[in-house]
Amino acid sequence: MFFEDSVLMSRLLTFLTLGFHVIFATVGVGIPIMISIAEWIGIKKKDPHYTLLARRWTRGLTITVAVGVVTGTAIGLQLSLLWPSFMKVAGNVISLPLFMEVFAFFFEAIFLGAYLYTWDRFKNPIYHWLLSIPVVIGSTLSAFFITTVNAFMNAPQGFETEGDKLVAVDPFAAMFNPATPTKVAHVVSSSYLTSAAILATIAAFIMLVRKSSIYHKKALKLTVAATFIFAVATAVAGDSSAKYLAEYQPEKLAAGEWHFETEKNADLIVFGTLNENNEVENAIRIPGALSFLAHGDFNAPVEGLNETPEDERPPLWIHYMFDFMVMIGFYLVGISFLFLVFWKMKRWNEFNRWLLTGLAAVGPLAMLAIEFGWIFSEVGRQPWILRGFMTVAEGATTSPHVGLMFLLFLALYIVLGVGCLVVLRKIFKNNPAELELESRYPHVKESDKE
Amino acid sequence: MSYEYIGITVLWLFLYGYLIVASIDFGAGFFAYYARLTKQDHIINKLISRYLSPVWEVTNVFFVFFFVGLVGFFPDTAYYFGQSLLVPGSIAIVLLAIRGSFYAFESYGSKDNHVYMFLYGATGLLIPASLATAMTISEGGFIEETANGVHLMIGKLLTSPYSWSVVLLAIVSVLYISSTFLTYYAHRADDDPALAIVRKYALFWSSPTIIASLTTFIALSQHNFAHFQKAIELWWVFGLSVAFFMIGLFLIYQGKYYGWAFIAVMFQFFFAFFGYGASHLPYIIKPFVTITNGATNETMGLTLIIAFIGGLLLLIPSLIMLMRMFLFDADYVQGKK
Ligand code: HDD
Ligand code: HEM
Ligand code: HEM
Repeated sequence: MFFEDSVLMSRLLTFLTLGFHVIFATVGVGIPIMISIAEWIGIKKKDPHYTLLARRWTRGLTITVAVGVVTGTAIGLQLSLLWPSFMKVAGNVISLPLFMEVFAFFFEAIFLGAYLYTWDRFKNPIYHWLLSIPVVIGSTLSAFFITTVNAFMNAPQGFETEGDKLVAVDPFAAMFNPATPTKVAHVVSSSYLTSAAILATIAAFIMLVRKSSIYHKKALKLTVAATFIFAVATAVAGDSSAKYLAEYQPEKLAAGEWHFETEKNADLIVFGTLNENNEVENAIRIPGALSFLAHGDFNAPVEGLNETPEDERPPLWIHYMFDFMVMIGFYLVGISFLFLVFWKMKRWNEFNRWLLTGLAAVGPLAMLAIEFGWIFSEVGRQPWILRGFMTVAEGATTSPHVGLMFLLFLALYIVLGVGCLVVLRKIFKNNPAELELESRYPHVKESDKE
Repeated sequence: MSYEYIGITVLWLFLYGYLIVASIDFGAGFFAYYARLTKQDHIINKLISRYLSPVWEVTNVFFVFFFVGLVGFFPDTAYYFGQSLLVPGSIAIVLLAIRGSFYAFESYGSKDNHVYMFLYGATGLLIPASLATAMTISEGGFIEETANGVHLMIGKLLTSPYSWSVVLLAIVSVLYISSTFLTYYAHRADDDPALAIVRKYALFWSSPTIIASLTTFIALSQHNFAHFQKAIELWWVFGLSVAFFMIGLFLIYQGKYYGWAFIAVMFQFFFAFFGYGASHLPYIIKPFVTITNGATNETMGLTLIIAFIGGLLLLIPSLIMLMRMFLFDADYVQGKK
């Protein structure tokens, strides 16, 4: 039975842990920058609404960070437990960024602790705001370092093999491999995007179910503007990622795009199905768009999947993962742009129910795009764990107990996920923003400023 | 000193750091639960949560640091530990996860949840026990390498007197370190009722600590005589450890200089831990990984050491800042902030 297949179960358990961790990791990377922006605006405009925003977001962040830390510790250990042979190799070549990542966490953890417990300790609020900077830097750096590790798995370099020994190791070449620039840019920008989008969802949702207050209007404007900026950045970085793939991992792009024959002026295939002869049916074809996505030129040739040996081809279903991710990307750019247009055109009401409903969806959609994107990227690397050097089957543990451990961790993540939701609800439900505003800043009246 | 020795020294320092900060935390969990059972929780639990809430993440990073560094400096350990420790390792992860989330969840809501308090107390003892097992396994005799991989001999592990004596030692050490720290912290906070209770804990757990250490030594001589002999050659290191134990105990008993008492306890464990580590070499995991055959290549070793120094330059000032804010800021400790 597949439960006994230690390679398959190791993959599933890795998927489970990373899929769960990445939710909290994304939020942990992106929310600090939103907090820092809000606190800054609050100080500059002397507007307690923004300060309160920062305070409340921080409170939510403490909960998600805790889950991020424990699941991160889990994946850190699981990498050795599930992929011992891979880590033996990786330890020799790519341990530098793994090691530095821990420094980044350390740095972040120290300053987050300080930030959390010192809101009212300083006479000049700027000092408190300054504490948020190392948190932003620390969390973004940790995303940077871990992403270089993943980039290395896609484009390994910085070593030579001699029999089964690794020689001439160059840690910096390994870290700054061809996949690093685009991957880091896309992962960091999409984390910022997703965090802004989740905060926008919260504001929009509250305005839909309750009477909208100035506090929530300000929150929505700030978060949607940020969503728009980060969404454009994410799309640009995603486009560069595709160009990277075309050059260095053509089989991943080809499998993702269902592009079998090498040809010029290649069409981009959106959705569709495959028949038994691997022919594409029911798809939307955008003429030449794949050549443009891959090389920035409608006539450039794009390598097809048939050039890759059959046993080194990734599964074809990742096509859908790519399409979902890109669709969500366009939706995020579009809806946030619409809101900005409505806001700047004084004639229209940017807080109409239709727009709010559309905005209430952005957070969950962005998080889905993160998951789809990772599945596309990781499964698209199959059958390799280290592209060109080691397959997944060679890297995995031979222990027969992985299936049981899968169930153990599934239970753990259910408990953590439910606990996290319950506690978050408790924090905010019993303490709505309007009440907190009144008790903390009694001199500010609801209708004070616009 | 060659880079392998610098590497293992750095890692050992981090593990020692974790031993101290985590023991404080784990023990506090147990005491918090115990105090609740004996209806003294209103006296000491505020003290405990006041110190622990801001620093638990930092504690966790010490541990992550150690295992990431171990894989970096000695990649072969990832292979042997990884292959053999899947089940115990996973259980330890789950316990750590439950405990870690406790802090975050507890501070908003489920404070009076009895189940959660129980888990908090129980994990405080189970985690050190399960982590200590990794140390036991490195002693050799518990893992075998066959044609289809590396396996842990669970039966042998569970019936070994040595393995149980290590578990026992881990648990009592945790309680001793934690209670001596809490004594100092209660004193700083001018919290006399709490001080009376935690000082009693400290005195109570002192003799089991020394007894368990001796038992472990005897069990080690049965299990791995070569290691035992090397430890005997380092007798003066262990002698210093015992001397610091005496000093610490004396000060606590006198009821004065609790800060110095805790420092003496830290030295007690410092010498014992480094004596153990030094006599363990050249093996990291006996007999598969030694400090020389298991080390990473020289380039990576040196790069990691440089990264490490750079990192410390960044971290030490930040840590000092954190300690001044929470540990040594009298107003904070006394609950005025
Ligand atoms: C909010 C999330 C989000 C959104 C809206 C998008 N992406 Fe993305 N994408 C990711 C989140 C993401 C990710 C989770 O960050 C991935 C997974 C692995 C990686 O490197 O980034 C990713 C991977 C990824 C890859 C694979 C990179 C690799 O395997 O090396 C490509 C080619 C793209 N993306 C392209 C795009 C394009 C053209 C988008 C158009 C708008 C887009 N992505 C939107
Ligand atoms: C950045 C560091 C990352 C590293 C070092 C890493 C490492 C790995 C490893 C070792 C595997 C197993 C080999 C395989 O099946 O391909 C794997 C698979 C996988 N990882 Fe990643 N991963 C990283 C990031 C992520 C993230 C953030 C996700 C988020 C969801 C993710 C999703 C997956 C998935 C879905 C699989 C399973 C692939 C399959 O089923 O074939 N990875 N990853
Ligand atoms: C193989 C992949 C990964 C490993 C081994 C890993 C490891 C870890 C570890 C050990 C922690 C806890 C650190 C602590 O004790 O404070 C953690 C938390 C975190 N991880 Fe991951 N991680 C992986 C993937 C990722 C990815 C892909 C990202 C970013 C996109 C990420 C971002 C974070 C962040 C931001 C946190 C801290 C949460 C917070 O403090 O805000 N991780 N991770």
